[in-house]
Amino acid sequence: MSNSSKTLATVDGVSGTGPLRGRALPKPPPIKQFFDSKIVSTILYALVIGVICYGSYAGAQSMGYNWQWYRIPAYFYSFTDDGFQVGELLIGLGATIKLSGGSFLLALLFGLIIALLRLSGLYIGTKVAVIFLEFIRNIPLLVLLYLFYYVLGPIFKYDRITASVLCLAIYHSALLSEIFRAGINAVVKGQWEAASSIGMTKSQAYRYIILPQSIKFMLPPITGEIVHVIKSSAIVSVIAVGELTTFGRNIISDTYMSFEIWFTVAAVYLVVTLTLSIGVSYVEKHYAVKT
Amino acid sequence: MTDNVIIIDFKNVDKFYGSFHALKDINISVTEGERVVICGPSGSGKSTLIRCINGLEFHNSGVLNVNGIEVHENSPYINDLRQNVGMVFQQFNLFPHLTVLENLMIGPMKVRKSSRIDAEVTARKYLDRVHIPEQADKYPAALSGGQQQRVAIARSLCMESRIMLFDEPTSALDPEMINEVLDVIVELADTGMTMVVVTHEMGFARKISDRMVFMEEGRIVEVSPPDQFFTSPSSERCRAFLEQVLDH
Ligand SMILES: Nc1ncnc2c1ncn2[C@@H]1O[C@H](COP(=O)(O)OP(=O)(O)OP(=O)(O)O)[C@@H](O)[C@H]1O
Ligand SMILES: [Mg+2]
Repeated sequence: MSNSSKTLATVDGVSGTGPLRGRALPKPPPIKQFFDSKIVSTILYALVIGVICYGSYAGAQSMGYNWQWYRIPAYFYSFTDDGFQVGELLIGLGATIKLSGGSFLLALLFGLIIALLRLSGLYIGTKVAVIFLEFIRNIPLLVLLYLFYYVLGPIFKYDRITASVLCLAIYHSALLSEIFRAGINAVVKGQWEAASSIGMTKSQAYRYIILPQSIKFMLPPITGEIVHVIKSSAIVSVIAVGELTTFGRNIISDTYMSFEIWFTVAAVYLVVTLTLSIGVSYVEKHYAVKT
Repeated sequence: MTDNVIIIDFKNVDKFYGSFHALKDINISVTEGERVVICGPSGSGKSTLIRCINGLEFHNSGVLNVNGIEVHENSPYINDLRQNVGMVFQQFNLFPHLTVLENLMIGPMKVRKSSRIDAEVTARKYLDRVHIPEQADKYPAALSGGQQQRVAIARSLCMESRIMLFDEPTSALDPEMINEVLDVIVELADTGMTMVVVTHEMGFARKISDRMVFMEEGRIVEVSPPDQFFTSPSSERCRAFLEQVLDH
């Protein structure tokens, strides 16, 4: 393990699992204590949200905007003579979940491969992984999508859905690989030595000893990454892949209800990602008690 | 010991950490069934020497043969070698995500490809041998340090190794737990297994060792039978070291 002494990656969200975790925090200054207190912060939140709501409402009024909230539910579901109908927004949500889910699974696989390459200690493996990482991290997601769709698409003859899944998977695999690497490095060196000393090969040690232990370091940032994938999946609407954002845009061009639809679309994303985060933090607590 | 088969053989071995010269011209051989105890001040290279034996560290020059295999960084036989050389660490290094029984079974099952049933029978046998059969289903974190170290010893024994290495097996233990671990090692020594032990427990060393080795600054300074080693060491440094250790 020649590179196990390297510092942990400081990807967003990973730094919290570092060795500094148990250190006592200094007491915050009085001003901060005041703003952090429950009552004050609740009032502040209410104020901010009130101002935003009132601002949009008043702004819309002065524009003479015609609110049509009553038409929104029909875009989720409706009952017609043919029975229950799923609305466009729900269909879009389904597509978003499929797209993000597929991309995420693929990203997990790519990410693990990149992380293992990087940790392999092989000169060429490390270099390939690092170059890949720097490349992906320093290109805007939108440009990456265009590359996958307009450049690689015609060359390798795949459609826009494949382009979207590949682009999202590659982009997030770079971020996930850093999470994996940090998680793997967080397992103490003695575990490697114990595994080696009973004759395990490197891959056996990874499989039976190291990875099972690093899961608990990786789980929180990985779920953060699921939320991230769902959010970044909206970008594929620019190449007209049918998902939540695209469907929202289509509805608007038919009905001009841009305020209602964008508020609704945002709320749908929020509900999905918040549900995920809450579900995962529950699982995490469960996990923590067990081990 | 009757036919003196050499099982560990260092010839002019040197080891560097970067530019730091950690082992200097090491020459020593250990015969089958022999029990060698290494002592010396902190930083003298005891751990480095013992870790070279099963390839946790690799030497830079000289020749090291262990159990018929030449140890070097690119040897394809390193994992075979390690299956036959057990190691017990100062910090136990049990697998925290596995129960005690699973800790003992994983090596035989995954490395030796034993069946689950055979592995479990072996595991329970050695758990008995270290006197904690009742802890089989607990996780390591639920055990005392002494118990953890005994599990670690049993884990090595499950691989049915011919050689056992101990690197300060009691240094991380509370004083009241040291003896339960030393007793287990003494019992092992009586089975005729080849052992290389790094320890500061001189009473124990005297009891089990066939030969004592004293190291200082990366060099083997003295090798002698325990009687001579503890009564009339030939080197001045060794005498000073012993006085210091035996004093307290
Ligand atoms: N991985 C390493 N990288 C660099 N230097 C090292 C490394 N491991 C050990 N050393 C150095 O090599 C020397 C010998 O270390 P070693 O651990 O073998 O000593 P030791 O005799 O076991 O000491 P102790 O009684 O403290 O365990 C020490 O000076 C140590 O600082
Ligand atoms: Mg040491």
